[in-house]
Amino acid sequence: MSSLSASESVPTPVPTPVPSGKPLTVKVENLSVTYRTTFERVPTFKNAITRLGRGQRAVREIEALKDVSFDVPDGTALGIIGNNGAGKSTLMRALAGILPPNKGRIEVHGRISPLLSLGVGFNANLSGRENIILGGLASGLSRAQVEARAEDVTTFAGLEEFIDAPMRTYSSGMYSRLAFSVAVHMDPDILMIDEALSAGDATFKTKAAGKMAELRENARAFFLVSHSLASIQQLCNDAIWLHKGELMMRGTPQEVCAAYTKFVQVGDSAVILEDL
Amino acid sequence: MMSTDKQVVKTEPENEFTTTHHVYEPHRAGIPPLANYTRELWKRREFASEMSKATLRGANTLTMFGQLWLVLNPLLLAGVYFLLVQVLSGGNRGGMDYFAQLCGGLFTFYFVAGSMSTGAASVVGGGKLLLNTAFPRLLMPFSAVRTAFFRFLPTLPVYFLFHILAGLGFHLSMVVSIYFLGLLIVFALGVAAFFATMQVYFRDTTSFMPYFNRIWLYMSPVIWSIEQVPARFTKVLNILEVANPLHSMLGGFTECLVNGDIPSLRTFVTATVWAFGVFAIGSLFFMSREREFAVRL
Repeated sequence: MSSLSASESVPTPVPTPVPSGKPLTVKVENLSVTYRTTFERVPTFKNAITRLGRGQRAVREIEALKDVSFDVPDGTALGIIGNNGAGKSTLMRALAGILPPNKGRIEVHGRISPLLSLGVGFNANLSGRENIILGGLASGLSRAQVEARAEDVTTFAGLEEFIDAPMRTYSSGMYSRLAFSVAVHMDPDILMIDEALSAGDATFKTKAAGKMAELRENARAFFLVSHSLASIQQLCNDAIWLHKGELMMRGTPQEVCAAYTKFVQVGDSAVILEDL
Repeated sequence: MMSTDKQVVKTEPENEFTTTHHVYEPHRAGIPPLANYTRELWKRREFASEMSKATLRGANTLTMFGQLWLVLNPLLLAGVYFLLVQVLSGGNRGGMDYFAQLCGGLFTFYFVAGSMSTGAASVVGGGKLLLNTAFPRLLMPFSAVRTAFFRFLPTLPVYFLFHILAGLGFHLSMVVSIYFLGLLIVFALGVAAFFATMQVYFRDTTSFMPYFNRIWLYMSPVIWSIEQVPARFTKVLNILEVANPLHSMLGGFTECLVNGDIPSLRTFVTATVWAFGVFAIGSLFFMSREREFAVRL
C-alpha cells in the first residue's frame, strides 16, 4: 500500500543498531500538546453571534499528545507507528517548531527538514517551481540555495516538462513525486518523512526507496511516520508507538511492530487493520 | 552531517526560527522576543516579495491588459462618483480639477482597502504552508500589502494624466506627498496584520468589509474635500480629523499631490501618530496570536 513497502526489490542496507552513548539529536521531555478546536468546521462571526443565546461552548479541547518523553541519539532512524489520530503528525509538527507545546520541552540539535514537502502545493495556482521556491524561502534558505535545489528536485521527480505549469494541473502521482523529492533535497540534519509522501509509480518507488536508504545513512536522525510496518522494520533501527496521544512503547522496530499488530488485532480498534 | 549550508549555520544566532538549535517550550501568551522576530522577518523578506510576485503573476496582473484592468475599476468608480456629485450639486462642482482630485483620493483609498482585503485573506490562504513550515507569519500580510501596492502603482500614471489635463501644474511641494504615501503604507501593513488575524478566528470577516469600506470612504476626504465642507459640518469634521486615520493621511496626501500645498503641522502629527500606532497595534496583535494559527487553520 505504501511506497515504502515496495522497496523489497531494492537491496537496501540493513539498519545498523541504535548507537549507544552518542550525543542526543532530539530530546522530548513530558511533551503535551492540546488543540483547541471549534465545533464548526469554519468559525464565523455570524455563528458566534447566533450561538450566543444557546449557551453552547464553542471550543473543544483535544489532547493530541499526553506527557510524551523520549530521546533520539545521533544516528537513529526512528519509526513512528500508531492508529489514525494517535498524534503522529502532531509530534512531527511539534518537533519542527510549528505547534508550540502546552507542557514539557523539546530540544532539537540540527537543521530539521521543515515538513516542507507537505506544504508544497499550498497554492495550486502557482507553478511547481514557485511552490518549491516559496517554501524554501519561508524556511530560511537563501534564494541561491533554493534555486539550486529546485533544479535537483525537478530532475529527481522527473517533472522537467511540467515544473512551470500551475500545480492544479498536476496528477496526484506528480504531486506526491514532487512532495517526496522536495523532502529529500532540502539537506536537513534531521529528516522527517510522513506517510503522505507514499505514492508514485513502481519506477519512482524504487528510486525513492534508494534515496531514503542513502539519506538514512547520512542524516543525523531520521523520522519515518508510516502505517506500513514492513517499511518501518526495513528502514528504522528504533521505533515508538503512539496511541491516542500516549507513548505506548519504545523498542526495536520488530518488538514494537509485533506489539502493535497484536494490539490492533485484539484491541478495540480492529477497524484500523486496513491501515497495515 | 549533511548540511551544505555550514556558513549559514555558523553565523546563525539562536532563536525560535533558527535552523540549527531549537528549544521549544510552552509559550506564555504574548509577544515573542521582538529583536529576534524582526531579524528573522528581515532575513526572509525575499519570501514576502517572491510570494507577492507569484500572486501577481498568477492573476496575470503583470501583462499589459492586466494592468489596464487594474486601472479600469477605480476609474469607472471615479466616473460614477463624479456624475453623482455633479448631479447632486446641480453641476456647480468643479470640473476636471475635481475629477483629478477624486481620482487621486479614490485610487489611494483603494490601495488601503485592497491591503485590508488581501491581507485578511493572506494567512487563511497560506494554509498548507503555515501548517508545515515554521517562519514569522507576519510575512504573509506584509506580502499582501506589497501585492496591493503593486496593484496601486499602475493607477498613478492615470492620475497624472488627469492632473495635467486639469492644468493643476507641478509644484515642489508635491514631493511631500511621498511622505504621506509612506505613512499610508505603514498604516496598511498594520491594518493587513490586524484583519489577517481576525480572519483566522472569524472567516466571515471579509464579508463585512464591503460595507465597512463604503462607510469609511464616505467618512474620508475623497469624494469631498476638506476645504469645501460647509460650515455647519465643522463639528463633525473636527471629530473625523482625529477619529478617522485616513482623514489626515489621505487629506494630507491629496493636499500635497493635487493642490501642491503643504499640510498643517497638525495634519503631519496626526497622520504620523495614526500610521505608526495602527502598525504597532496590528502587528503586535498578530504576533501575539500567530502561534495559534497552525491549530486554527
